[in-house]
Amino acid sequence: MAANSRKTGLLAALAAGAMLLAVYMIFFYLPPIRDESGAVLSGSFRIFFFHMPIAITAYLAFVVVFVSSVFYLREKALKWDIYARSAAEIGALFSFLVLVTGSIWAKDAWGWYWIWDLRLTTSLVLFLVYLSYLMLRKSLEEPEKRARLAAVFGIVGFVSVPLSFLSIRLWRSAHPLMFGGNSGGSGGSGLEGTVLQLTLAVNFIAYILLFAALFAVKVENERMQEAVDEKRYGEFEEGI
Amino acid sequence: MIRSLYIAAKDLKAEFRTKQMFNSMLIFSLIVLVVFSISFGDFLGDSSKVEKLAPGVLWVAFTFAGMLGLSRTFVMESENGCLEALKLCPVDRSTIYTGKVFSNLVIVFLMEIVTLPFFVVLFNYSLDSGTLLLLGLVLLLGTLGFIVVGTLLSALTLSTRTRELLLPVLLLPVLLPVLIPGVEATAGVLAGNGLSGISSELRLLAVYDLIFFAISHLVFEYVISD
Repeated sequence: MAANSRKTGLLAALAAGAMLLAVYMIFFYLPPIRDESGAVLSGSFRIFFFHMPIAITAYLAFVVVFVSSVFYLREKALKWDIYARSAAEIGALFSFLVLVTGSIWAKDAWGWYWIWDLRLTTSLVLFLVYLSYLMLRKSLEEPEKRARLAAVFGIVGFVSVPLSFLSIRLWRSAHPLMFGGNSGGSGGSGLEGTVLQLTLAVNFIAYILLFAALFAVKVENERMQEAVDEKRYGEFEEGI
Repeated sequence: MIRSLYIAAKDLKAEFRTKQMFNSMLIFSLIVLVVFSISFGDFLGDSSKVEKLAPGVLWVAFTFAGMLGLSRTFVMESENGCLEALKLCPVDRSTIYTGKVFSNLVIVFLMEIVTLPFFVVLFNYSLDSGTLLLLGLVLLLGTLGFIVVGTLLSALTLSTRTRELLLPVLLLPVLLPVLIPGVEATAGVLAGNGLSGISSELRLLAVYDLIFFAISHLVFEYVISD
């Protein structure tokens, strides 16, 4: 356990360093950003460098939930359940942050906090699905049943997400497409220039490190919780 | 497949002897329509506004009424210990799921068909037969998606403490991606767009139905195993 928590500590320190660097780059390293016509975009654009890495990290967390759920149903090993629940909690938090950062930007760029656009709807659905995943966990007492049913919901809930994500291409979307999009979307000018790409890359690394650190801490906590429960009830036979 | 139809037939027979579930669902959806009709009373003369409001109203009525029925699907079985007997049947667990999907689909779809004329009257519509057929197709595909996920989650919430509360909480977020194309396709039909106008929504609904059915079919076994 001691070696484990030293590793977690190191990971947390790395994440903190990367976050500081990422925030510094966004506010002091980035030059004013211009669109195709050369007009300077409002500073609110900088939120994109938080927004997108957070969104991708949230997806990553949900992939972890999905994969762990599948493995739990196959192997019935408690560690997969621990991974699933840890990732779900962090993912719910990150997907909430996606909505918050997106809304702040939208207020400045579009004049509304929220519009019913497919991309936005999908993100909201993601958040709601994992919120209800956590609700489901709360309302089941028996550990084995909780793990099993949550795994089923983790799979079904996740399926709705890539489906909606793919269906984006069927509708026009007001959400800007930064990469690979040539039509639809307002202000989808694409990202050019190494300064921008470097900032984005650093932010990506920072948020993925943050996720990894949070995940490690959470998994460690859950394991300790299981150990305490085991001492208290002596019910667990599965190995962690 | 034949075996799941037996299970569906058993459920439908039990349901149509009492009509307990069907009647409460029907009355609920009619009340929803009446409440909306009253609260939108001022707009009902203006057909362009009705066209915008109606699809949402229709789907709210159907989804919420359907949820009433779905929450009962497995409760009915477990109350008399019938679920144990059902599990003892010499069939795959997924056959039970398919049977339940089928019987739920029949009940909810019937409820929708009975509700539709009231909807036409309360919202001043005049539907010709072609539109009606198309509307039926949209409703069938949308309802199938709703039932496919709902039946699985109904079994899933069976063993939770707050089962009646939890079902809508779990079901609605997962269902939103089905409801959105469903509402849009309904709007398209009611606005008089033909089959070509709503084909992308219909395709999407069909894909959702298939994928959700396949996944639920696979995981159902884990939901009722103990």
